[in-house]
Amino acid sequence: MTEKPRFRWHIVVFLAPAVLVYTAVMIYPLFNTLRLSLYTEVDQSRVFVGLQNFKTLFGNAVWSTQFWNALGNNLWFFVIHMLVQNPIGIALAAILSHPKLRFASFYRSAIFIPTILSFVIVGFAWKLILSPIWGIAPGMLDAVGLKSLYAPWLGKEEYALTTLSLVSVWQFVGIPMMLIYAALLSIPDEIIEAAEVEGITGLSAFWKIKLPLILPSIGIISILTFVANFNAFDLIYAAQGALAGPDFSTDILGTFMYRTFFGFQLQLGDPHMGSTIASAMFAIILIGVCLYLFGIQSRMRRYQF
Amino acid sequence: MNAARQSRLNTYAAHGVLILYVLIAMFPVFVIVINSFKDRRSIFREPLALPNAESFSLIGYETVLKQGDFFLYFQNSMIVTVGSLFFILLFGAMAAFALAEYRFKGNTLMGLYLALGIMIPIRIGTVAILEMMVQTGLVNTLWALILVYTAQGLPLAVFILSEFMRQVSDDLKNAGRIDGLSEYRIFFVLVLPLVRPAMATVAVFNMIPIWNDLWFPLILAPAEEVKTLTLGSQVFIGQFVTDWNAVLSALSLAILPVMALYVIFSRQLIRGITSGAVK
Repeated sequence: MTEKPRFRWHIVVFLAPAVLVYTAVMIYPLFNTLRLSLYTEVDQSRVFVGLQNFKTLFGNAVWSTQFWNALGNNLWFFVIHMLVQNPIGIALAAILSHPKLRFASFYRSAIFIPTILSFVIVGFAWKLILSPIWGIAPGMLDAVGLKSLYAPWLGKEEYALTTLSLVSVWQFVGIPMMLIYAALLSIPDEIIEAAEVEGITGLSAFWKIKLPLILPSIGIISILTFVANFNAFDLIYAAQGALAGPDFSTDILGTFMYRTFFGFQLQLGDPHMGSTIASAMFAIILIGVCLYLFGIQSRMRRYQF
Repeated sequence: MNAARQSRLNTYAAHGVLILYVLIAMFPVFVIVINSFKDRRSIFREPLALPNAESFSLIGYETVLKQGDFFLYFQNSMIVTVGSLFFILLFGAMAAFALAEYRFKGNTLMGLYLALGIMIPIRIGTVAILEMMVQTGLVNTLWALILVYTAQGLPLAVFILSEFMRQVSDDLKNAGRIDGLSEYRIFFVLVLPLVRPAMATVAVFNMIPIWNDLWFPLILAPAEEVKTLTLGSQVFIGQFVTDWNAVLSALSLAILPVMALYVIFSRQLIRGITSGAVK
């Protein structure tokens, strides 16, 4: 048996389709977009300008106010998801994971429904419900005697972004709920029972025993939320249009990039500035993912059951 | 005795909280659907009332079906979703099998390379993707969308499927080899049927984001004859903002197929998430 190992063509055949499609449609355009951010168009031909576009984005007042506005809004969008969506998701999962709870699967499926709806449906549905014309929201507040609290939330600069963030929270609460629910189910009964013997039950069992054990899953939902938020676009576009009104108060990086890339009203689309914004988004997401991978995940203790 | 009462109270509280949240989750869908069956006057006068003999009206649905080409949009969405899922599963399973089954140089590196796309959203590359689709003439075709969604879905598919393929018994595959089966037949005949549950999980995970995506249809395929249902309803609703009957009916029609898919696949979806397929 001195036969030299033959080249195993089948490995290539198995790998080739996935690697080709993935490289050609995802990785190559990703780097090509980064490259395009170093060019600009002069007299209908592409000219290399180095970091000039980034200088414009951060240095030119018109661009930089828009960019920081979008980034700031995006951060607020993310903060609301972290402070509202994830705690509610964890709380719902904690209640659902109670072993003797009846109808648990019904509750689970019903709470997950908003997550499967498209942004178009969610955006318009909430726009209609909150609209002063239709009057569902003011009518319901009136019924509990709080009519004075009503404002056309989506139309007011100071509330619009928070309102849309909460709509997005409403839509996506199902995801942290499911992931945390799965993590809670995977905690072995012996640990819970051992705690019970020590007299730790109910809420204190949750805080002292379960929460530390599901910390890795909380890390995962945080980074998933981060990536999804910094790449969000659809909800704002469906509810407020590409101009992210009123007066750009709901503009986030996704809508800013779309407007720059495609143009709006009288401004022409600019693929190179669009790429520049995309590169900035790429950098932000990369920093977030790296912080998570090296800063948080590697320090977290994983428990093997 | 006291403890028993305490725990009964806790159970009531738990159900109370969950029912409250279910109401919050279902309320907008409920309001949209009931109002789509009412005439314009009742929509505004009694928005929370169920349609009755007096207020019942299908005028909105008539407008929608007359004006918008919803069957075409539905068909486009169907082709894109099914097509993308087919390629994600086929290519993903093949690559996962290669990574899980064979030891070769660069195996780990290839796995890492394919996993990059799990965290990095494909939307970042949109400018260059559009340029490429224009150059290849694929813009405004359903192929553009299928290719993009396939590329987007592959990383997670390869990751999940290769975890499962590692669990397929070696004895089975070696028995196949002794019987003279080629590597291809081992994959298609022996291994694929065994990882069917994992494939179903991957399919369900990918199905809903593809069906609901607005970004790529808007950019790569905005032409009338290739509009997906999501984009079609967005454009339609934008045109009919003031026709409340039409808007509510269009929204209800857009909710319907997703709800149907969810009712069929929710068990698979929830089992997929809770079995820890995403680690």
